[in-house]
Amino acid sequence: MNRGGSSPSAAANYLLCTNCRKVLRKDKRVRVSQPLTRGPSAFIPEKEVVQANTVDERTNFLVEEYSTSGRLDNITQVMSLHTQYLESFLRSQFYMLRMDGPLPLPDRHYIAIMAAARHQCSYLINMHVDEFLKTGGIAEWLNGLEYVPQRLKNLNEINKLLAHRPWLITKEHIQKLVKTGENNWSLPELVHAVVLLTHYHALASFVFGSGINPERDPEISNGFRLISVNNFCVCDLANDNNIENASLAGSNFGIVDSLTELEALMERMKRLQEDREDEDASQEEMTTRFEKEKKESLFVVSGDTFHSFPHSDFEDDMIITSDVSRYIEDPGFGYEDFARRGEEHLPTFRAQDYTWENHGFSLVNRLYSDIGHLLDEKFRMVYNLTYNTMATHEDVDTTMLRRALFNYVHCMFGIRYDDYDYGEVNQLLERSLKVYIKTVTCYPERTTKRMYDSYWRQFKHSEKVHVNLLLMEARMQAELLYALRAITRHLT
Amino acid sequence: MEKMSRVTTALGGSTLMGRTMHCHLDAPANAISVCRDAAQVVVAGRSIFKIYAIEEEQFVEKLNLRVGRKPSLNLSCADVVWHQMDENLLATAATNGVVVTWNLGRPSRNKQDQLFTEHKRTVNKVCFHPTEAHVLLSGSQDGFMKCFDLRRKDSVSTFSGQSESVRDVQFSIRDYFTFASTFENGNVQLWDIRRPDRCERMFTAHNGPVFCCDWHPEDRGWLATGGRDKMVKVWDMTTHRAKEMHCVQTIASVARVKWRPECRHHLATCSMMVDHNIYVWDVRRPFVPAAMFEEHRDVTTGIAWRHPHDPSFLLSGSKDSTLCQHLFRDASQPVERANPEGLCYGLFGDLAFAAKESLVAAESGRKPYAGDRRHPIFFKRKLDPAEPFAGLASSTLSVFETEPGGGSMSWFVDTAEHYALAGRPLAELCDHNARVARELGRNQVAQTWTMLRIIYCSPGLVPSTNLNHSVGKGSSCGLPLMNSFSLKDMAPGLGSETRLDRSKGDTRSDTVLLESSATLVTNEDNEETEGSDVPADYLLGDVEGEEDELYLLDPEHTQSEEPEYVLPQEAFPLRHEIVDTPPGPEHLQDKADSPHVSGSEADVASLAPMDSFSLLSVSHALYDSRLPPDFFSTLVRDMLHFYAEQGDVQMAVSVLIVVGERVRKDIDEQTQEHWYTSYIDLLQRFRLWNVSNEVVKLSTSRAISCLNQASTTLHVNCSHCKRPMSSRGWVCDRCHRCASMCAVCHHVVKGLFVWCQGCSHGGHLQHIMKWLEGSSHCPAGCGHLCEYS
Repeated sequence: MNRGGSSPSAAANYLLCTNCRKVLRKDKRVRVSQPLTRGPSAFIPEKEVVQANTVDERTNFLVEEYSTSGRLDNITQVMSLHTQYLESFLRSQFYMLRMDGPLPLPDRHYIAIMAAARHQCSYLINMHVDEFLKTGGIAEWLNGLEYVPQRLKNLNEINKLLAHRPWLITKEHIQKLVKTGENNWSLPELVHAVVLLTHYHALASFVFGSGINPERDPEISNGFRLISVNNFCVCDLANDNNIENASLAGSNFGIVDSLTELEALMERMKRLQEDREDEDASQEEMTTRFEKEKKESLFVVSGDTFHSFPHSDFEDDMIITSDVSRYIEDPGFGYEDFARRGEEHLPTFRAQDYTWENHGFSLVNRLYSDIGHLLDEKFRMVYNLTYNTMATHEDVDTTMLRRALFNYVHCMFGIRYDDYDYGEVNQLLERSLKVYIKTVTCYPERTTKRMYDSYWRQFKHSEKVHVNLLLMEARMQAELLYALRAITRHLT
Repeated sequence: MEKMSRVTTALGGSTLMGRTMHCHLDAPANAISVCRDAAQVVVAGRSIFKIYAIEEEQFVEKLNLRVGRKPSLNLSCADVVWHQMDENLLATAATNGVVVTWNLGRPSRNKQDQLFTEHKRTVNKVCFHPTEAHVLLSGSQDGFMKCFDLRRKDSVSTFSGQSESVRDVQFSIRDYFTFASTFENGNVQLWDIRRPDRCERMFTAHNGPVFCCDWHPEDRGWLATGGRDKMVKVWDMTTHRAKEMHCVQTIASVARVKWRPECRHHLATCSMMVDHNIYVWDVRRPFVPAAMFEEHRDVTTGIAWRHPHDPSFLLSGSKDSTLCQHLFRDASQPVERANPEGLCYGLFGDLAFAAKESLVAAESGRKPYAGDRRHPIFFKRKLDPAEPFAGLASSTLSVFETEPGGGSMSWFVDTAEHYALAGRPLAELCDHNARVARELGRNQVAQTWTMLRIIYCSPGLVPSTNLNHSVGKGSSCGLPLMNSFSLKDMAPGLGSETRLDRSKGDTRSDTVLLESSATLVTNEDNEETEGSDVPADYLLGDVEGEEDELYLLDPEHTQSEEPEYVLPQEAFPLRHEIVDTPPGPEHLQDKADSPHVSGSEADVASLAPMDSFSLLSVSHALYDSRLPPDFFSTLVRDMLHFYAEQGDVQMAVSVLIVVGERVRKDIDEQTQEHWYTSYIDLLQRFRLWNVSNEVVKLSTSRAISCLNQASTTLHVNCSHCKRPMSSRGWVCDRCHRCASMCAVCHHVVKGLFVWCQGCSHGGHLQHIMKWLEGSSHCPAGCGHLCEYS
């Protein structure tokens, strides 16, 4: 990773967004400036993260305690903006990677690689390639899926579904895996694998959502490391404050005065909180609101046309994906909007019928002891985490906002809460934020700095990281719920 | 009988009638509730809300409360309750947070009465006051409980649990103003309905959510709670602090709990996940449910006793869309199926035996051999005279000790330690193991090893000297056997003369049939001895003739008892030898000449492991015909089974490991696994951890080899701050010091650390060993005279 000069090689490590491509195609003079951001994240100025770090001894302690690699990686650094959460995150991650569990250590890392590969997250892949080799994995496996035992290869199907369309998982998939035979999975093994898969899908969301930079000292010790690739376009990175950038993108982000934006949001929250009783929406109304939100999520991203180019359009993309694609099959399989599937075929997942607290926890804990408690703590932690601040304002009850974020993610995966008024989502989450949420949870690899910057401009970076944590955990829970429901159905 | 009449009176003269029955609902049920008259039940779920009449033979749908064209979410019920004072009054809790009351007396089709939309989240539970007609209580996911007066439009008071999610609320049956609420964080709170500002009492009842609670119908202040931690606890609330009185451990999270009417200590539970059965527990007997209903195919979501004074009818609704009535007399009773006796061997042959007291008393009176040389120790539990259960907790435990020295298992330990299982060519391993066995005086085993070598190592590799060697050994083994042992001494005493003859006949026919194995014959023998007074195994096992050694039932002992004898284990082969030796040569000659190959197989099966003479002849025959080793696999398999059957699982496993692939495929996985686990278990009981680990490592069965992949963590405490060192074994996270320095090289020891227990200095194993070769003082210079052993 040559970060010294503005050499083209450094630039080549970043994807070019469509707009830049267009520009580049027009005039062939390639002039790409070197990314300005250093530090753990490409989105967050280094000083924001590092400042917090030097103060925090707790983080260092946690890293020593729970980090598998024994170093303070970039993810941890960014997460350390929320130390409380970091602890439960690291503890559960450490537990699933290193502590008692039905799967052998190298397999766990390989599953992590498979999961990260679904989102082409080279950061996580590199990290786990190292760990995989360190724990005594067979190097040959890293040549791709054709080299791994059939048993692991069989995980592909649920990996694919979980990552992109978890609602398609049925008990038949589970049955196929656990059916007695040479390559069968035992239920505890399967649950362990599912927990790992969901964890790393969600973590990939976080990595892209927070623009985690590649580790600084890649120490290319083995030939299996991928060229670290970020999907952040240079034009994103080159401009720290990208309001001008929006015009370059020519997108439809309106440039609202960010201050009034914040005020308006606060105002709306207040109104929602106070006027709840008055606003007596009928039940049909509530149902349609959910459907509306679900449907609207359809257009949220496809509206931004510059992202809807198919991968094959770009030669560069092909090169990059070919590296990653040795860990995946069917690379074209991606998120498809839940709403588009049509309600006739796929009933909405009623959250009250299969909740994490009542059902998921018991099943997970039964088959893979203690992970339930750790995940439970993590979900609880992220849901309840608050500093009662919003940007410059203090003493704000953000419960509503957190719930809206969490439920909006679940909504995109077709999970509906009966006791939630989805009208709130519409009022609290502005369009640019919805775009961001959808991208991060459904196609994290397409996240750009522009998206990250375009919402909640007044908010602190730590607050945006908090949003990312919420999105990540909500996504993990959604995937887990679908997988565990399928397992439960298989059991009954 | 007495109880029956009581029930009748309690019900005011009209006995409830009915049978175990079920009816299909259109949709999964979430909750059920019974009407006061015990003749109707309401079922509520996400897309069902119906009232059924309970008739004698069937359920009859009486009313569908789910009316209207577009089903509203208000009808998606999480809970339902029927007022116990007013037959027309029902309340439901909707998943969208609405509390709805229903008045069956309304003339219109829509019976919906009132709608309370005060909760922000799902309402988990609604509860009517047991005696007050208009008071309704609700508990919601938003952490609030609300008390409604049905005569008013909105709530009378709101109680804040100061935490997330109320899971259950229940009015106390005895105390007019009290209600209990349970929370997702494991707490239980007690409230006074008049004081909404704060709770009267709060305590943590469970680890994780408390899903349900139920007040005892008679005992004031008894509260049963059930939680996700798979426990049901009974609390006494009358004392100053809530006291846990009973705790029942179930196998899955507890979704509902309901006290059984008229039975003070009984309660019914059902679970939220995985387990579909309904259990009725006697809380004083927390390990085995008193009764079990197994009708449902999916999780049971609601249970209710049909009548508050009738203990025999239980109603239940389930996710499998059925409504059931269970009759207590049709319940399956796990207690009945449980094994009433327990038997366990101690490591050194002590035998513990637990059984129902009545059973033991009767047995010991009848059996003539009970007593004399055993040393029974009796433990007896005091009986509670008020115990209503006949079979409850009246058991005795007897321990029979072996005579000191008699049960020595030293041969097992020695064998385990000295056997070589891998790492050398097969021939060497066999030789080595044969030597080990011979040194311990286990000549039969030694012979088996020699045999194995002969079978599996190609003849070219076996030097002739070795062969001679084994001949010599064989004959020397044979001699003491002939001399020291006389079957006739024993036979008349046992009255087994006839049997002997018969078994001889058996053997003959076996050799003719050419398919019997030693084990098979043994079994036949066993059957034959069944009629006699003496235990069968005694005959087979005990050569010394100690008639009343009861513990000889243990096959391991039979071996340990007579280390000095050559062929002690089986009665049959001995007889066989004695009887058959005279005609032996011709017999064998026959075999050798016979072109029929399987002839020698059967011969070896019955003779080989024991008879050194015939063994020799056979092996010669082998060399001549050059049979492939595969040919013997069935034989070896039978041999392994023979040993395992006999109790010498050590031999079976050792051979399995040493011979490996050659024989593994002939024995089914499960048997192998079973052998491995028993052997490993034995090794661990003898604390032979190294050997047991080696066995685990060498095993090919996946279930076994994963044994040493679990709990591989070794926890170390820092020597300075005495806190556990969690991340690395050599550096403490808290005091940032390296815990163990080598006294010789002054580097951190990251692997094996050895230290002197006298002065607690130490270091790298290699360094210390080297140091102590040259000096006897501590390398740290403390002046202590360290010893290294």
